[in-house]
Amino acid sequence: MHPIVRLVLQRVGLGLVLLLAVSVLIFLGTEALPGDVAQAILGQSATPESLANLREQLGLNVPATTRYFNWLWGILHGDLGTSLTNGSDIAADIGKRLGNTLFLAFWAAIIAVPLAITLGLVAVRYRNRWPDRLISGVTLATISLPEFVVGYILMYLLTVKVQLFSPIATISDSMGLGEKLYTIALPVMVLVLVVLAHMMRMTRAAILNVMQSAYIETAELKGLRPFKIISRHAFPNAIAPVVNVVMLNLAYLVVGVVVVEVVFVYPGMGQYLVDHVSKRDVPVVQACGLIFAAVYIGLNILADVISILANPRLRHPK
Amino acid sequence: MSRIPLSALIGLFFTGTFFFVAIFAQWLAPYGLNEIAGDVWEEPSKTFLLGTDTVGRDLLSRMIYGAQVTIFIATMATALSFITGSILGFSAAVIGGWYDQILSRLVDLFMSIPSLILALVILSVMQVSIPVLIVVMGLLDSTRVYRLARAVAVDIAVMDYVEAAKLRGEGTGWIIFREILPNALSPLVAELGLRFIFAVLFVSTLSFLGLGVQPPLADWGGIVKENKDGLVYGISAALLPAFAIAALAISVNLVADWVLNRTTSLKGGRGA
Repeated sequence: MHPIVRLVLQRVGLGLVLLLAVSVLIFLGTEALPGDVAQAILGQSATPESLANLREQLGLNVPATTRYFNWLWGILHGDLGTSLTNGSDIAADIGKRLGNTLFLAFWAAIIAVPLAITLGLVAVRYRNRWPDRLISGVTLATISLPEFVVGYILMYLLTVKVQLFSPIATISDSMGLGEKLYTIALPVMVLVLVVLAHMMRMTRAAILNVMQSAYIETAELKGLRPFKIISRHAFPNAIAPVVNVVMLNLAYLVVGVVVVEVVFVYPGMGQYLVDHVSKRDVPVVQACGLIFAAVYIGLNILADVISILANPRLRHPK
Repeated sequence: MSRIPLSALIGLFFTGTFFFVAIFAQWLAPYGLNEIAGDVWEEPSKTFLLGTDTVGRDLLSRMIYGAQVTIFIATMATALSFITGSILGFSAAVIGGWYDQILSRLVDLFMSIPSLILALVILSVMQVSIPVLIVVMGLLDSTRVYRLARAVAVDIAVMDYVEAAKLRGEGTGWIIFREILPNALSPLVAELGLRFIFAVLFVSTLSFLGLGVQPPLADWGGIVKENKDGLVYGISAALLPAFAIAALAISVNLVADWVLNRTTSLKGGRGA
């Protein structure tokens, strides 16, 4: 087998093992913590009968290992269980919302990635001069703000002070693409701002790191033109770290989405998760947690694989 | 000390002010935390310097009490994460072998899920209270400290003086606290600021989602949540705690940046 294929398969295999371990962790996190899940759901004033009923419904009378394997078996067959609060099928609920969330994250990524890389390059090109200082200062400020704060500041400025957008981003299937994009413009802007800052700072650091290598100095001393140095020597070596940075931040987007969806009342996974955490709807929380973790791990594996493919030294391991 | 850069001085001043306000909140706040003193969403005036909130409580007083709750939780969680993270990290580096393998893989596992998601999963079955919040946040964050502490300690554990201590017959406890800890302190201190900011942002986010500090207590994230409906009508009350979070985070960041630069230049390390 070609060494690259083997390396990639190894990574994917490792990711699957990790995902399995994560499923155990999520299961333990909700079921093996001190206290009784049924008691936590119903509160202190619950009657013994309702407690017993709920335990029965949750299958709490069966040993934990059996419950775990039943749960896992169900997930592998696309059955995420039923919600405790309204008895609906979780897989069906999640399906649509996952699509909405990915729609939001997709547009945020499409805007943020090229912008971050360009700004990172500009910052490196004008290092320690005013464009670099300006970009660094602004991004430091946005990093220090939690997502919901960025959300409300933008909402205040763009829906109240200047009435450009609606503060609530509710989309439905009947909307056309243009209308949908207009509706999600504000949440997308918030996500872009939040991710952009991290991504740009890390891109800047990654490229600076490459620019400080000995071979760049050699190229300069050889008298190559700056453009040639960047395109021939710096850029190919910067691909792997930059891809890593991009993927890491796309994974970060997964978390940002949770908060931003709540701020703008957007019908996605994040809002679904938060709603059901406060309702103590354990099966929904488990399913959502697992899906978020799977997306996160998937993006990290993708980053690994791309950086293997981009780096000849990793492609031909000794 | 005469060469503290201006940015760090500004950071130190504001960080100090925030902590002062947090510690002496009971004496500084003009009104009680839940005292309904005026009308709903009054404009800032002489009696209410920052106006009133969604049910007519003095916003300034709530902000001051909120500072206390936010900073208390963040400080305790940071302390917990540093104590657990560094002790586990150092001992993993010193003991090595299976102990190190098991701990490190476990930490990898925890770090493979975003901490917000994991916190939400755990909080869905716990009665949320301040001790629970501190423990959950502290333990989740200790994975980051563990990574750093272990990486630093691995380098130190192979030094001659550690070898000498082992030959003298000192126990693991002595080696961790007397040999490794003093030498690993400066990178850990530099990390402290960053983890504190993270804790502030984390607890604010949880409270904003309604899963953190529960009423009648309030922290900054919770105050944003209470007043967010006013924003649409042009009432900016929700933005005040938001700015407070940002100001605290930025000023601690400025201090942390300075400490980080100082410690790396002390080591003569990479990157000026």
